[in-house]
Amino acid sequence: MKLLDALWKDAPLATRGEITPKLGFLLTVLLAIVWLIPLLWMGVATLRPASDGINAMAELMPSLKPTLDNVRDAWEIGDFPRYALDTTFICAGILLVQFVTITLAGFAFARLSFAGKTLIFYMFLMQLMLVPVLLIVPNLKLVAQLGLYDTLTGVMMPFFASAFGTFLMRQAFEAIPTELEDAALIDGASLFQRIRHIYVPLSMPSFSAFAIISVTSHWNDFLWPLMVINSPDKRPLTVGLSVFTATAEGTQAWGTIAAGTLMVIAPLLVTFLIFQKRFISSFVTSGIK
Amino acid sequence: MAATMRSISRRDEMSLAEPAALPVAASVAPRLHVLKRFSSRFKTSLPAYLLLLPSLIFLALFTYGAMGRVFIDALYQRATPKAPVRFVGLDNINAVLADPAFIGAVVNNLIYAVGTAIPSIGLALLFALALSRTHAVNSALRAALFLPVLIPMVAASSLFLFIFLPNVGLLDHYIGRLLPVLPNWLGDPDIALYAIMVITIWKNAGYYMLFFLAGLQAVPEDVMEAAHLDGAGPYPRFRHIILPELKPTFLFVIVVATLNAVTQVDHVFVMTKGGPSNSTNLVLFYIYQQAVEHYDIGKASAATLLTLAALMGLTALSFRTMANREGGP
Repeated sequence: MKLLDALWKDAPLATRGEITPKLGFLLTVLLAIVWLIPLLWMGVATLRPASDGINAMAELMPSLKPTLDNVRDAWEIGDFPRYALDTTFICAGILLVQFVTITLAGFAFARLSFAGKTLIFYMFLMQLMLVPVLLIVPNLKLVAQLGLYDTLTGVMMPFFASAFGTFLMRQAFEAIPTELEDAALIDGASLFQRIRHIYVPLSMPSFSAFAIISVTSHWNDFLWPLMVINSPDKRPLTVGLSVFTATAEGTQAWGTIAAGTLMVIAPLLVTFLIFQKRFISSFVTSGIK
Repeated sequence: MAATMRSISRRDEMSLAEPAALPVAASVAPRLHVLKRFSSRFKTSLPAYLLLLPSLIFLALFTYGAMGRVFIDALYQRATPKAPVRFVGLDNINAVLADPAFIGAVVNNLIYAVGTAIPSIGLALLFALALSRTHAVNSALRAALFLPVLIPMVAASSLFLFIFLPNVGLLDHYIGRLLPVLPNWLGDPDIALYAIMVITIWKNAGYYMLFFLAGLQAVPEDVMEAAHLDGAGPYPRFRHIILPELKPTFLFVIVVATLNAVTQVDHVFVMTKGGPSNSTNLVLFYIYQQAVEHYDIGKASAATLLTLAALMGLTALSFRTMANREGGP
């Protein structure tokens, strides 16, 4: 009770004695623990030696003889370094092209007036609604026609234009005072020079917010790469993990599955724990990825 | 030209005192003027078009073009995978609508949408209300609840495969003792869909929580204080001040949750493949099966088209919300 009072010491005086908010808080704490259990199990099971037997597999108490055998097995059987490289390549490729397309389009919407602006604005908005994953069938056909079936470029291409990123950059560019651009204009800076040296450097927070959303969502993409990629060596982490899980499930190698899963999510989790605030604020700005 | 002549003559009749040059200038110039204005408008717009071009090319290929191709593909069919395509009109659509697997997938998807949206939004609201004041403890709890959002659906599925594993799995190990008969969570057609929904709720509640936390920032401090002074308890304050203020957030989150219910199906692939006996088949998985497993592009396109059409109502609603959010053109 003392602890709870301490947490409420900044609340308005009139509400400090209320019970309902505290009950809600306690319930939330309980649920937060429940929320962490799958991840806790993943950690414990990764370090559990196979000698503990299948019946101890579900124990949340860590084993007294922790071992890295599961990690080694997953690393060797799973080909995870290869998958990690593919995923990194896909995410980086998408992000780099997106940076170019959203900067240019965002600038056009923020600073230029042109015929048909409203129409084009709504055309961009439509992409936010027509979630790309629904269009997998026609897009797979197009990727195949372009000769990009079973290539990482084929996986990346549908995401090169981003309405969400364009709107994010438009917002960032609009906040930059026009006086800066006018000064550069007087000095004879071209359009691209103005974008490159004034707008881009001043919008870094928006770029990093977009990078977080873009990378996390494509890191997690599964269905689309599953359809486009055929060769095992081009699989991204998600597809690789699903194949790995299907194989290891047959042999009941749950410790290895836990280790494999840990390897897939560790990069994102570690980055999140370091840049927690930035992640949270980026996700608030993302409505729909 | 005839019209010009007529207008000149009429003007001449109307006022002989007017100089002859005026009507000519007034009748020929507008055309030139329109053309010139159009071309000068285009010329001033050209830099903007060039900047938009890279984005528009990819949008044209993978968004609008894809829509068009779905329309066309839905009208054609092959007798065998090698046979040439032939026009079949609405046959594909009728075939999909007559397919019990599709109807089953739609029903499952509706249950799945309602059964994931309501609990995850409810929990998100509870989390946001409980953790709205910022201090170290609340930040840590927010992070804990947000973690599943970052985890790929496939990775979450791998973990939950074990959690739901009969007899030795995490769930049976800890709460199995409380039940007289151990259910086969993923193997029983009556339970599997609900087991799948648990993962979605676990993964999304923390995401929606962020929007409610942001929405709660908009609740005016002075109104809350006035309510305290008037002796309003937690429930009246919630009902009459906080809830009305969160209305736009609710609308937005409901749209996102519904879209997620249609598009997040990765766990179905990893855990159940739509089974047992199609009890966890969802619409997007059905589309995938038709396209990839049955090579039936016609039927897959027809199902895509129907899904897109069904989302249109939702689209109209969220279009307004989003246009407002993006601040209009």
